[in-house]
Amino acid sequence: MESLSNRRKVLESKPLNFWERAYLPAIVKGLGITMKHFLFTKAVTISYPEQKREFSENFRGMHSLKRDEHGRERCTACGLCALSCPAEAITMISAERKPGEENLYREEKYAAVYEINMLRCIFCGLCEEACPKEAIYLDGDIVPSDYLRKDFIYGKDKLVEAPLNQ
Amino acid sequence: MGTTDIIVKFILIVIIFLISLVVAMYSTYAERKIAAFFQDRLGPSRAGPFGILQPVADGTKMFLKEEIIPANSSKFLFIVGPSLAIMTACIGSAVIPWGQTLVIGSYHLDLQVTDINVGVLYLFGVVSLGVYGVMIGGWASNNKYSLLGAIRAASQNISYEIAMGLSIIALLMTTGTLSLKEIAAQQHGWHWNVVYQPLGFLIFIICAFAETNRSPFDLPECETELVGGYHTEYSSMKLGFYLFAEYINMFISSAVMSTLYFGGYNFPFMHSLGLSDNWVTILGVVALFAKIFFFIFFFMWVRWTIPRFRYDQLMDLGWKTLIPLAIANIVITGIVLTLIK
Repeated sequence: MESLSNRRKVLESKPLNFWERAYLPAIVKGLGITMKHFLFTKAVTISYPEQKREFSENFRGMHSLKRDEHGRERCTACGLCALSCPAEAITMISAERKPGEENLYREEKYAAVYEINMLRCIFCGLCEEACPKEAIYLDGDIVPSDYLRKDFIYGKDKLVEAPLNQ
Repeated sequence: MGTTDIIVKFILIVIIFLISLVVAMYSTYAERKIAAFFQDRLGPSRAGPFGILQPVADGTKMFLKEEIIPANSSKFLFIVGPSLAIMTACIGSAVIPWGQTLVIGSYHLDLQVTDINVGVLYLFGVVSLGVYGVMIGGWASNNKYSLLGAIRAASQNISYEIAMGLSIIALLMTTGTLSLKEIAAQQHGWHWNVVYQPLGFLIFIICAFAETNRSPFDLPECETELVGGYHTEYSSMKLGFYLFAEYINMFISSAVMSTLYFGGYNFPFMHSLGLSDNWVTILGVVALFAKIFFFIFFFMWVRWTIPRFRYDQLMDLGWKTLIPLAIANIVITGIVLTLIK
């Protein structure tokens, strides 16, 4: 068949000549190659907990519930994130904002309970796409490991951003 | 031999025993670290600074593991196997001259446990015994893989022992003695045997790799074919003994190679430095250990360079290449010796 790429090389199997059969030159060459790695090549290891690799810009990690510029929670408990979630990882219970809580919650309705099951979550980012209030982003770190399943259900204590002036 | 001599020898034996254990212990660490460097990794780095406590952690782990003796194994031989392996590995160090004589006051301390006049033969015998531990352990496990590993170990040792013996014969023709002390003493300064016996040394080092079951001749414990080889059924410290015996063997054969071919405790210009005899002796011990560590490093260097031989290639190399070469070496040595005389 005609070669289209012009890169085809016809290999013929020749019997090994004396030096090739003697192994030793090849072994010495090999030893040289490994020694080059031993002496000059730097280790590619990243010692994980102390050294961390930078995430790419569109990395999706742990969720955080955002606050607005006055430090009020943006989430209005509309439930669109829970609805969009393909893994059914998000649940919430909504509550009405009482007078005097305007500095805590941006909208008149807010999430009293907001839970994400990190074992169910597949970090697809559909919740942040669905959110009309720009309240949820997957901009956190890797979800840490734990011993019990119940500890992977993250409530508002872990998800909500730290208040502004604290 | 007086009481002091016996006590001194006893202390010397204990020291050498401890040194071989410590060297073997840190060879495991060095192996992992060196392997890592060859493969552009870091190696163990968590236990202590740079991971230097890793061997301690490994040893503790080995001791704490569950001891399993297979129900259908031959229990006595199953225990004898690793014991024999580590014992034969340790007793080889008895005849190696670690240095010249230290003079302390009026006492002459010989840095060698015993200078028997058949030292080379003794070493050779001990090395041959080493395979029994592997063989008995693999056979007693009552496991097909173990048995195959044991058979491989045995056949490999038998094949390579011949070439090793023949390469030593050529060496003995030039040295004219079987005593390791005299062989070491003859290689004063730069007169190392490797200069006179390069081919013999090459054969010897290849056979040493085979005898210690090190890569590329590690077929007895070939993971890809035999699970773990002869130590498939072993667990806990009995497995530890097998692995440890390998490293002690490596240490001892490095010492033997240094002594037989690389001048032992001799180093160049040893008497033109103007130091007292005791200092020269101490520096000689350091030189010997430097050579030993180089050879241990070389063992590991080769391990991470050359892939394992196939069984038939191993036999080909042993019987069709090394033995004829060793015999040719003897003939050439004989002719040259006759011509010189």
